[in-house]
Amino acid sequence: MSRRQLIVVAVLLLVAAALPFVVSNYRTFQFTLVLVYAIALLGLNMLTGYNGQISLGHGAFYALGAYCTAILMDRFGFPYWATLPIAGAVCLLFGFLFGLPALRLEGLYLALATFALGVSLPQLLKYHHFEKWTGGVQGIVIQKPEAPFGLPLKPDQWLYFFTLAVALVMFALAWNLLRGRVGRAMIAIRDNHVAAEAMGVNNAMYKSLTFGVSAMYTGVAGGLSAIAVQFVAPDSFDIFLSIKFLIGIVIGGLASIPGAIFGALFLQFVPNVADEISKAAPWAIFGLFLLAFVYVMPMGISGAIRMGLARLAQKRQNT
Amino acid sequence: MKFKLVPIALAVAAALAIPTANAQKKYDPGASDSEIKIGNTNPYSGPASAYGTIGKTIAAYFKMVNEQGGVNGRKVNFISYDDGYSPPKTVEMARKLVEQDQVLFVFQTLGTPCNTAIHKYMNMSKVPQLHVATGATKWNDPKNFPWTMGWQPNYQTEGQIYARHILETKPNAKIGILYQNDDYGKDYVKGLKDGLGAKAASMIVKEVSYEVSDPTVDSQIVQLQSSGADVFFNVTTPKFAAQAIRKAFDIGWKPVQYLNNVSASKATVLIPAGLEKSAGVITTAYLKDMNDKEWANDPAIKKWEAFMKKYYPDGSLIDPSNIYGYTVATTLHQVLKQAGDNLTRENVMKQAATMKGFYVDTMLPGVNINTAGDDFAPIESVQLQKFNGNDWERFGKVMGK
Repeated sequence: MSRRQLIVVAVLLLVAAALPFVVSNYRTFQFTLVLVYAIALLGLNMLTGYNGQISLGHGAFYALGAYCTAILMDRFGFPYWATLPIAGAVCLLFGFLFGLPALRLEGLYLALATFALGVSLPQLLKYHHFEKWTGGVQGIVIQKPEAPFGLPLKPDQWLYFFTLAVALVMFALAWNLLRGRVGRAMIAIRDNHVAAEAMGVNNAMYKSLTFGVSAMYTGVAGGLSAIAVQFVAPDSFDIFLSIKFLIGIVIGGLASIPGAIFGALFLQFVPNVADEISKAAPWAIFGLFLLAFVYVMPMGISGAIRMGLARLAQKRQNT
Repeated sequence: MKFKLVPIALAVAAALAIPTANAQKKYDPGASDSEIKIGNTNPYSGPASAYGTIGKTIAAYFKMVNEQGGVNGRKVNFISYDDGYSPPKTVEMARKLVEQDQVLFVFQTLGTPCNTAIHKYMNMSKVPQLHVATGATKWNDPKNFPWTMGWQPNYQTEGQIYARHILETKPNAKIGILYQNDDYGKDYVKGLKDGLGAKAASMIVKEVSYEVSDPTVDSQIVQLQSSGADVFFNVTTPKFAAQAIRKAFDIGWKPVQYLNNVSASKATVLIPAGLEKSAGVITTAYLKDMNDKEWANDPAIKKWEAFMKKYYPDGSLIDPSNIYGYTVATTLHQVLKQAGDNLTRENVMKQAATMKGFYVDTMLPGVNINTAGDDFAPIESVQLQKFNGNDWERFGKVMGK
């Protein structure tokens, strides 16, 4: 990281840390959800943005993570923080296993296969033989965690900081992974898989591992969402959630780590704005926003910022 | 000195008098001399958006109330957000309503999973979750959830009413049950069993269930026929209800059929099933249906139509959801009138829980709203009706409490 980047990150962190003391509990809760979405989008971005595999079913991994957390807390009395590594591990395994057969599928065919996963999971969650654990359509209500060690924080603030800490770890790991050898191999496969193979990249291994890691990120985000919302039910994870994730990474910026945060902000706040503009057709308004973003910023928000900065630097050089 | 004490004494007396003069006016967040803020979530988008019209009807109703001077001089500010029938979104919106908009209470939040998601939150923050738009039985639990109340007849009550009718008309019936395998289906079955009492075990000869994901219920109907049942209790949502009625007719099974109110629609169930195949089906009703010839010229329906044309001109005049929205909004209007100047959350709950024989003219004659401190189920009476091959015909007395 250059010095300027370090300064930007430090300032952003300071703002993020100060946020819950400035805004209301409700806003804090919304920003917690932004962080949760950002982790999920980062996961999907690894797969789609960096590795070129399209997934229309990441909502399923999000649901799987959420249910892991909810079931562990509700039926087995796990503390909330201990459920996240397990939710992540379960999703890693499922993602890896799903990635193996999906290897044979390219582009649109993979999109369809993952779509099938996203569509079927909400119904599987209602399946009556699993009801003992999943609570069927009724879902599971879980307890909201309180701040530990007698910290003078409200539950919403504590949850925000907890989520922020998890997000930081996940982002740091992703940054390390993506800028190194592994990241280069992933991008090489996306750009030209034959050439990548010729250079000695094990395509099959990298693709399924990427799928697994991507699913793990989304699963951890799902677990965090269950803790924040304190409720999981099959209706929370319909197919539109998967599509929302895809919208999020495209709007935020493909193959961009900060893009995940921009995408998350978009997903969290734009639908609310749309609802306030029109009750009759909130989705039409949302669609307009989407069109506007795609036309004005074809490379996503992070791409637009990058281009803006480049232009500014050029101007400075010229003068 | 003596004279100087008089004005002081007067001032003290006046100071003491002011709070007593104001004692009747009591406000919690969301209420003031000029306004009452009410929150709501509805699915304006998403899979259940057909129900979104309920929220719009309620908004139109309070627009009318405000034009006519409001409730006890206060304007109603009805704030409704889209939750897309997604429970996490409902949580977010309910928190926005309570913490940011500071509403006095939320009203008619729609959907069983959506209300379940905020059930605990509303009760922990002690904000009323009033007249929720779902028929699950769990909303009537004042002991554990004193801030939540339902409105429409719940599924168990309805099941009990079918049980009473079966016991009266066919005490030796052999009952076969088809139900959707979730809390909604199980609520109905429990109601029926409770209603049958000790005879339940001997009268129910077969229970089969289906999943929402099943393509058809044909095999279940064949199973029920072969069990020898002569009464068929059909606890299904519209698509499956139509399949079940048609299949039973086609394989020559001719039981007495009880169909849950959820699927009592002629347009979405009986016409797809076939009108002649649906003849004889029995169900319940508690609201006037504008599509029913009997009510076509009813003054209450005419009044409702005039309201719709003026305040909600885009709304459908043949959608029963709009009668539902109008009726439940009228109920809330009464609660607010009763609350008077004491607009605390506690008093809103108290007034909602002390309604005695309240009647809205869009309900069937004889159906009343009754609540008490230990009874948070406002409408518990319905009337049976039978399909004659062309129309629903109501019969018998209004049953229930």
